[in-house]
Amino acid sequence: MLGMWVFLVTEVMFFGGLLTAYLVYRVWYPVAWAEGSLELDILMGGFNTVVLIGSSLTMALAVRSAQTGAPKATVRWLILTILLGLTFLVVKFFEYKHKWDLNHIPGPNFEFEGPHAPQVQIFISLYFGLTGLHALHMIIGCGILGVITWMAHKRKFSPEWSTPVELSGLYWHFVDIVWIFLFPLLYLVDRAHQAG
Amino acid sequence: MSGHVAPIRLYITIFGSLMVFTAITVAVAFVNLGALNFPVALSIAIVKATLVVLFFMHLKYSSRLTKLVCGSAFFFLFVLFGLTMSDYLSRGWFTAPNGTTSAGSLVNIGPPPPPAPEAAAPAEASPAPAH
Repeated sequence: MLGMWVFLVTEVMFFGGLLTAYLVYRVWYPVAWAEGSLELDILMGGFNTVVLIGSSLTMALAVRSAQTGAPKATVRWLILTILLGLTFLVVKFFEYKHKWDLNHIPGPNFEFEGPHAPQVQIFISLYFGLTGLHALHMIIGCGILGVITWMAHKRKFSPEWSTPVELSGLYWHFVDIVWIFLFPLLYLVDRAHQAG
Repeated sequence: MSGHVAPIRLYITIFGSLMVFTAITVAVAFVNLGALNFPVALSIAIVKATLVVLFFMHLKYSSRLTKLVCGSAFFFLFVLFGLTMSDYLSRGWFTAPNGTTSAGSLVNIGPPPPPAPEAAAPAEASPAPAH
C-alpha cells in the first residue's frame, strides 16, 4: 500500500513540472490564456468531469465489495468503472478531433486568428501535453482494471486479501484528482476575463 | 491485508458534494472576479481533491506514515510552485541604482512588430558569413 502512495508522490511531481510551466506562461501571457481557454469546449470538459468523478465512485464501491467479500458486485463495479473511463476517452477523442479539424494542433500547420497566435499555441501545447499525459494514465488504468476484473471474476480476492483492488483504486482516484485540477485550470479560470 | 470498510452512504455523499463543487466552479467561471477567479477555482479544486484523498482513497483511516507520504507530495509540490513563482512574480519589483530591471520584468504581449521588408530582404539575400 505504502509503495503505491510513494509512486503516486512521484506522479504528483511528474504532473507538477508541467503545471509549473503552465503557471509561468500564464503569468507571462494572460491574454493568450484567456483566448486559449475559450477555445475549449466547457460542455465536453464538464461532462467528462462528471463521468470521471462517477467512475471514482464506482471504483470506491468496487474496492468496498472486494473488502466485504462480494466478488460478483466487485466485477460489476469494476466493469462500470472501465466503461466510464472509456466514455471519458471517447469524449476526449472528439475534443482532439475538433482541434485537428480547426488546425489547432501545435506545429507548422497551426492556425489561429488574432495577434496572440504564438502565445495561444503555447497554451494549446500545454493543453495537449497535460491532457494527453492524463489520457495516457487513463488508458493504462483501464488496462490495469481489466486485469483486476479478470482476477475478481476468477475469485482471487477475499476480505483477507484484496490488496490489488485497493492499489488500482488508489491509482484510479489519483488520475481523477489530476483531472479535478486540469479541468478548472485549462477550461475555466480565464474564461470570464475574455468575456468582460 | 484489508483496509477500512466505509458505509456506502458515505461514498454517495462524497460523490454528491463533488458534483455540487463541480457545478459551483463551472458557474463561477462565467463571473468575472478579476484576480480572484484563479484562487477561487483553485480552492474549490483543492477541496474536491481533499475529499477524494480522505474518503475515496481512505487516507482518513490510514496510518500516520501513509499520511506523511501523501503530505510530502503536496509539500514538495508547494516548494516547486512556491520557489518558481516567487522568482517570476517578484521580477521587476526592485531596480538597483543606475541599474536595469531584471530580464522578464517587462512582458510585451502585444502584436509582433511589423516586418521591415527593405531591411530584411538584403539580409536574406547576402550570403551567411558564418560559413
